[in-house]
Amino acid sequence: MAGAYPWLEEIRLKRMVVSDESLEIIAKSFKNFKVLVLSSCEGFTTEGLAAIAANCRNLRELDLRESEVEDLSGRWLSDFPDSYTSLESLNISCLGNEVNLLALERLVSRCPNLKTLRLNRAVPLDRLPNLLRGAPQLAELGTGAYTSEMRPDVFSNLAEAFAGCKQLKTLSGFWDALPSYLPAVYPICSQLTSLNLSYATVQSPDLIKLVSLCEKLQKLWVLDYIEDDGLEILAASCKDLRELRVFPSDPFGLEPNVALTEQGLVSVSEGCPKLQSVLYFCRQMSNAALNTIARNRPNMTRFRLCIIEPRSPDYLTLQPLDDGFGAIVEHCKDLRRLSLSGLLTDRVFEYIGTYGKKLEMLSVAFAGDSDLGLHHVLSGCDNLRKLEIRDCPFGDKALLANAAKLETMRSLWMSSCSVSFGACKVLGQKMPRLNVEVMDESGPPDSRPESSPVEKLYVYRTVAGPRLDMPGFVWTMDDDSALRIS
Amino acid sequence: MSAEKGYVGLGEVAAMEDTIGLNLKATELRLGLPGSESPVKTTTSLGAKRGFSDAIDGNWVLSGNGNGNQSGSDLALGKDASLFSSPSDKTNKDTLPLPQPSKPVPAAKAQVVGWPPIRSFRKNSMATQPPQKNEADAEPKPGCLYVKVSMDGAPYLRKMDLNNYASYRDLSSALEKMFSCFTLSQCGSHGVSSRDNSNESKLRDLLHGSEYVLTYEDKDGDWMLVGDVPWEMFTDSCKRLRIMKSSEAIGLAPRAMEKCRSRN
Repeated sequence: MAGAYPWLEEIRLKRMVVSDESLEIIAKSFKNFKVLVLSSCEGFTTEGLAAIAANCRNLRELDLRESEVEDLSGRWLSDFPDSYTSLESLNISCLGNEVNLLALERLVSRCPNLKTLRLNRAVPLDRLPNLLRGAPQLAELGTGAYTSEMRPDVFSNLAEAFAGCKQLKTLSGFWDALPSYLPAVYPICSQLTSLNLSYATVQSPDLIKLVSLCEKLQKLWVLDYIEDDGLEILAASCKDLRELRVFPSDPFGLEPNVALTEQGLVSVSEGCPKLQSVLYFCRQMSNAALNTIARNRPNMTRFRLCIIEPRSPDYLTLQPLDDGFGAIVEHCKDLRRLSLSGLLTDRVFEYIGTYGKKLEMLSVAFAGDSDLGLHHVLSGCDNLRKLEIRDCPFGDKALLANAAKLETMRSLWMSSCSVSFGACKVLGQKMPRLNVEVMDESGPPDSRPESSPVEKLYVYRTVAGPRLDMPGFVWTMDDDSALRIS
Repeated sequence: MSAEKGYVGLGEVAAMEDTIGLNLKATELRLGLPGSESPVKTTTSLGAKRGFSDAIDGNWVLSGNGNGNQSGSDLALGKDASLFSSPSDKTNKDTLPLPQPSKPVPAAKAQVVGWPPIRSFRKNSMATQPPQKNEADAEPKPGCLYVKVSMDGAPYLRKMDLNNYASYRDLSSALEKMFSCFTLSQCGSHGVSSRDNSNESKLRDLLHGSEYVLTYEDKDGDWMLVGDVPWEMFTDSCKRLRIMKSSEAIGLAPRAMEKCRSRN
């Protein structure tokens, strides 16, 4: 690529293995390189980052969101030369170790266009005011650890520094948050549009106080510590809310640890007329609640519900949640993304196939009774692009009967279902424009009977043919596979 | 290898080809599967990279659940059994750690890999923050403890959840399964075979022999020999694992050096 596009300015990668070597090549080959976004990537170290810092004179954006970086030393940040001032966005929130704080402060204060700064946990709270003072034009801030010995001078310093950031609209970070430091952000709550408290392990009363001041809030990510009461206050205070994500504080615990139920989501659906995007983890749900939510919010476009225990029925009636999700797809005519959970039969898929005409992405787990379920979805959802399925009794028939549909989609993922190796081979043979990839850690699938189910199946359309760089536990079912059966 | 089975498979394949040709409406499609309904696995599901986009471990390296492929054993039971620790664990270094305290987990709840769908970044972040609870903390450990596992000479790393194992032996056999595909090149005079069994036994020989040493990086950043401390202490402090070539292990521990000397 370096040879072909020397004027390349932006590279954005997701879930890829990136080496230090690659970063060095990027740093040295593209003279006008501006944007590097590595989302959930891994394989590189801070040495690679040093190369970027030292060489990319025109870098505007360095975003390492959720990547796994081998953090050898915080020295790399000092490799930005003193003459470098073009940084606009920096996200180092995934780094484990401390960066050179002095170098960071100098960098931040000499870059007048810096709008986004997301620090890592290792940046202590008492260093935050200096950073903020160096960049009063900041629009998006991710704090480091939000805890410190409680001292009035530290607190007031922090509050003053926040108050000085008149353009700050987005806040995140809040690792290890100490509740008594939360009021330091009160001065700017009224201007916030986006708040990510999903790493803040603070309880409901503190969350409520904070959130109720954010009258312009459009996006809130929070832990389930907010509880139903907190969500009720949210519904009353934040009328502009468009997106809500509630994450579980104790996802693997057996008993509920917080008073968060379906009621919280119902309250928000009632009180927030613009709510269109939801991700909600909870431990109980009812058809009645889903029905109410659907009728309250026909403008919903993304609805992802995760009831923590697989196959949980309607907790009031002990029935499947088919009707509830059916109401969602029926009333929310612009629904583009849906994730299902709870006890579900083939009927829910009938609803989805019938009403989910705008649906683009569907996630299914532990649901359905038979191939009919999969068939409804594949034959009914006209705009389906991505389908991911795990642990469902879907097998060969529906898959093969709808093989042509797969070419209209971006990808299909099926794991722990009942698709046989034989069917995968047929699919691979019949559909040359699809890559049909089988993943199996227990060895080559043809060492087992054709009828035995594959662990994982990934099907996607391609113009480039089968991949050649796969690890040993991935097999492509292609035209040749017929020849191998002799 | 699959010649006879392939022949049988072809028959089934032909039937399926017919179904593709037909334009079936839902009502005409005979979708009752022969015999009983396919059993839905409750606990044998393997975590997926692409399973749930909000969610699961975002690497091509599959969440290394070595237990997932024990032939013939019911995964659920396998996992439950491992939750009750065995009284004496023998590591492959022949040390006897102290008897393990049982973990306070009821037998009925078997962990489902990759569920609920939470990104590994979030899992790891939350794991190191003490969650605030209203009542007394019943389960102080995080639900999973993914660490990277590397093997010298292998082209890529793996990930495994240490909470899936209760003993060094479990860990050792899981590692055998996980890295067996890399021992092809090590076979040399043993001959190359694609059968996993022989790969695993070769890997076992390699791991238990003198060529490789199992090490881990602890919380202080030091590289330690696996097996010295009780299992619980190990999982508490282990940040990553490395199957290290013995030639590189000089200086790591006297025991490893002795082994090298005695074998070479």
